[in-house]
Amino acid sequence: MAIALIMLATGSVLFYFLSPWQLTPLASNWGAIDRTISISFWVTGVVFVAVTLFMVVALLRYRDRGQRRAHYEPENKRLELWLTAITTLGIAALLAPGLFVWGDFVRVPDDAHEVEVVGQQWHWSFRFPGEDGAFGAARNGLVDDANPYGLVADDPHGRDDILVETPRVLLPVDRPVKLILRSKDVLHNFKVAPFRAKMDAIPGQHTYFWFTPTRTGEFEAVCAELCGIAHFAMRARVEVVEPETFDDWLGEQPTFAELAGRQADPEAGAEQFATCVSCHGPRGGGRQENDAPRLAGLNSDYVARQLRNFRMGARGEREADRFGQQMRPFAISLEDQQVENLAAYIETLPVEPTPTTIIGDARRGKALYRSCANCHGAAGLGRTAFRAPRLAGMNDWYLVRQLQHFRAGIRGRHPRDAYGNQMVDMAQILVDDAAVRDVVAHINRLAEPAMAEGREPEE
Amino acid sequence: MGEREYDASSYAPPAEVEEMELPHPKGFFGKYVWSQDAKVIAVQYGLTATAIGLVALVLSLLMRLQLGFPNSLSLIDPGSYLQYVTMHGMIMVVYLLTAIFLGGFGNYLIPLMCGARDMVFPYLNMLSYWIYLASVLILVAGFFVAGGSTGAGWTLYPPQAISPGTPGVDTGIVLMLVSLAVFIVGFTMGGLNYVVTVLQARTRGMTLMRLPLTVWGIFMATVMALLAFPALFVAVLMMLMDRLIGTSFFMPEMLSMGESSDHRGGSPLLFQHLFWFFGHPEVYIVALPAFGIVSDLIATHARKNIFGYRMMVWAIIIIGALSFVVWAHHMYVSGMSPYFGFLFATTTLIIAVPTAIKVYNWVLTLWRGNIRLTLPMLFAIGFLFTFVNGGLSGLFLGNVTVDVPLSDTYFVVGHFHMVMAVAPILVIFGAIYHWYPKITGRMLDETLGKVHFWITFLGTYVIYYPMHFMGLEGVPRRYYAYGETTFISDSVQSLNAVITVAAFIVALAQLLFLFNLAWSYFRGREAGSNPWQATTLEWQTPHTPPRHGNFGKALPIVYRWPYDYSVPGVKQDFIPQNVPPEAVERESDTRRGGER
Repeated sequence: MAIALIMLATGSVLFYFLSPWQLTPLASNWGAIDRTISISFWVTGVVFVAVTLFMVVALLRYRDRGQRRAHYEPENKRLELWLTAITTLGIAALLAPGLFVWGDFVRVPDDAHEVEVVGQQWHWSFRFPGEDGAFGAARNGLVDDANPYGLVADDPHGRDDILVETPRVLLPVDRPVKLILRSKDVLHNFKVAPFRAKMDAIPGQHTYFWFTPTRTGEFEAVCAELCGIAHFAMRARVEVVEPETFDDWLGEQPTFAELAGRQADPEAGAEQFATCVSCHGPRGGGRQENDAPRLAGLNSDYVARQLRNFRMGARGEREADRFGQQMRPFAISLEDQQVENLAAYIETLPVEPTPTTIIGDARRGKALYRSCANCHGAAGLGRTAFRAPRLAGMNDWYLVRQLQHFRAGIRGRHPRDAYGNQMVDMAQILVDDAAVRDVVAHINRLAEPAMAEGREPEE
Repeated sequence: MGEREYDASSYAPPAEVEEMELPHPKGFFGKYVWSQDAKVIAVQYGLTATAIGLVALVLSLLMRLQLGFPNSLSLIDPGSYLQYVTMHGMIMVVYLLTAIFLGGFGNYLIPLMCGARDMVFPYLNMLSYWIYLASVLILVAGFFVAGGSTGAGWTLYPPQAISPGTPGVDTGIVLMLVSLAVFIVGFTMGGLNYVVTVLQARTRGMTLMRLPLTVWGIFMATVMALLAFPALFVAVLMMLMDRLIGTSFFMPEMLSMGESSDHRGGSPLLFQHLFWFFGHPEVYIVALPAFGIVSDLIATHARKNIFGYRMMVWAIIIIGALSFVVWAHHMYVSGMSPYFGFLFATTTLIIAVPTAIKVYNWVLTLWRGNIRLTLPMLFAIGFLFTFVNGGLSGLFLGNVTVDVPLSDTYFVVGHFHMVMAVAPILVIFGAIYHWYPKITGRMLDETLGKVHFWITFLGTYVIYYPMHFMGLEGVPRRYYAYGETTFISDSVQSLNAVITVAAFIVALAQLLFLFNLAWSYFRGREAGSNPWQATTLEWQTPHTPPRHGNFGKALPIVYRWPYDYSVPGVKQDFIPQNVPPEAVERESDTRRGGER
């Protein structure tokens, strides 16, 4: 027993020094947090070793060997007082530095700029206050597809608010920033490990924390408060850049007023669509012989995002994705407004039945589909709020290929393809090709009532 | 203190206590099923808690499988993973640990150690068990309904717990909430019983300051539970109403599956305050009985009085009281007013002082003792080591600044499993090895027990110690998979695989323990009435196992505190509590008798 304790204690201490798993390299002003952690390690480490060694000696010296009796000593007031006093001192030594640092944590510096972080199942978006330096009022009850932030339309502060809907945000280096958090649905927590600070986002109220990014680079933000089944796949990217780069980037982002005024023109999109017809078919029905999938049925949000991904090289960038690569030159030839128009036109295309080409076990697929249903809907019609495209009625051979690509990381690995990243994570639940076919077989079944109704049935 | 014990004037005069008119049960059903005997009820609690605990153990293995060897079973998808997380946590904390410490050991030991014939309200006591069983069955029903059990995490935070996007939102969460409400009703019946029995039914001479620490721990934990569970009860009822009839206690204006919901004006934070107002005392509801029991195990098997008995009692009381003012340390990054951080960090670290005193007194009890490395002693030492470890990592998380980067990571998982899972479970094992001879009349097998101990003790350390370092690196908890997270090093995956293997080995070792329990019941060595030469009253019963009514014709009379081990000048190295001073055999007596 004594030997085991010695080995455990030595092992634990060695593990502390040798462990390859340590704090991530700091990228913010919170070096003080790291110091309080080290103080804690040292104080508790000493106590741990002392108590364990004391036990070891007791076990070695006072083990029953049948010759002696235990010492009789019910109490020792002096000793107990001393131990209490020393412990109190040790505790104070741990607590005091922590409280001082907390004082800094709570008080945001006056020169901090503000960024709003909005959590939603299962993605992040951001808002900057714009030129007037003040955020417009927002309410969850006002959120819809046209007003994803739920901004109050007649609040003048909101007009110039800059909206960053993709889960990627830039921050200027060496400038304190106060993140104001809120949530549209459940609890979330915006955490970037190298910044140390983090906080929950709560629907119906604002929370905050602040830090100063101290080195440039790309950092991954994760959600650190359980928020439902795709909690583990709720990520964002924070890029800390030089102030000039930040200003340029911020200037490119649309304000609330600009977004509200931006109108896509499906009729202009119809002209653009002439190019697509040769592969995707006259009504966007898809052609398997060209490996061109059905477009009709997809909403404009998804189509526009995919076109932008193709254009910037976030999709179809890998050689293994041959057909994706074929798509890239077409997307690159489009301008911003053309992308929007084209997407708006595709949304108007009629959804016609597609032939079934995949055979799988739809019963097993149904069980697998439970995870998919959370974003794509139980009927597979897609949900714009979740950035999830329609599945029911799309070409089954295309779904199979994309799922295989997601599983293998051929699609969706690019850092700028945030929702593709999520699909890479989620597609891992399909453990083999059979599982892929099974789930698509189930989606084929969904297509039948979905075609007839054209809208999502009550769940 | 030793001196005072021998002052004859401080005792109540010995008086014959008549056997109460107990309704002695008839037949198998009366004796073992609809029994009102606290000892039978204790075993019923113990067996039920063990059974549901095994379910939770299997769930933890499924989780470990996914973490160590991702996607090896297509049964485990992100939704079912969260269901395992939730059910594992809730079962272990409430339906296993709370039930087995208070319902199991409380029922068995309180009447025996206090020198009572039974609990004060035997019928209520029986009812308490059956209601507990009902709550377990309602909970288990969650596995079989459409959509499965809830996957909200054991903390059941709204809005998530009752919003789509979380598994089991249709029925599972309702069953969970109803089950908790039923559990609390059942517990309240049992809990009142324990408190009244300790306060009213102690035998003559059993002053409060002569109670074994086991009774003190269970007593204080029960008082705390009676004060803490109502907060959970209220929270559960409010959430049920939010879920079933559309009230908005905890539900603000929000989106639900991308659509605006009808809720207005509720506060998610209010639930967290109510939950942790219960949840933190709950930690000590589990820990205090463990503290008490382990004190008695150490004293008995080190043949030495517990060091600083009065300090130990006061520490239990102070910890119990303080634990009601630290709850928000679970909420440092919850978005509550950050100014709370100052208050709750301070109260939390203050509670470390009485806890540290308990640890000192345990190790000082070992010092200059006569340590017998029996199975209960092994588990007690295992507890000490694990508890010191888990207690110290608690100083990180309680200190608000340090908590910010570590909260919601595997550091937390490592910490609470050490302090609140492994440590109390080691005590439960130690206690079973210690009292099994009294409960069944037979000893548990020593060799099997040793194998069980070493695998469990070392194995759990391999499982949980490295988790602290994963947390240091920032690995978030409650994640189904880690994918390509940039700040997590690749070696974490190998570490997870090692932990999973260790977890399976530890789980297998528990089968050994179950086998030992069953085998020794029939084939174990006869124990006799007092195999450990212990002083407390349960070892002084006329029959082993004790019969209904516990003490036969007359209740024992208590003359001394429970820790008269190795008293100088006394022939034997222990004096049972019910031995009157004049009956103590002294060394000088034997010398006079010329035996040496």
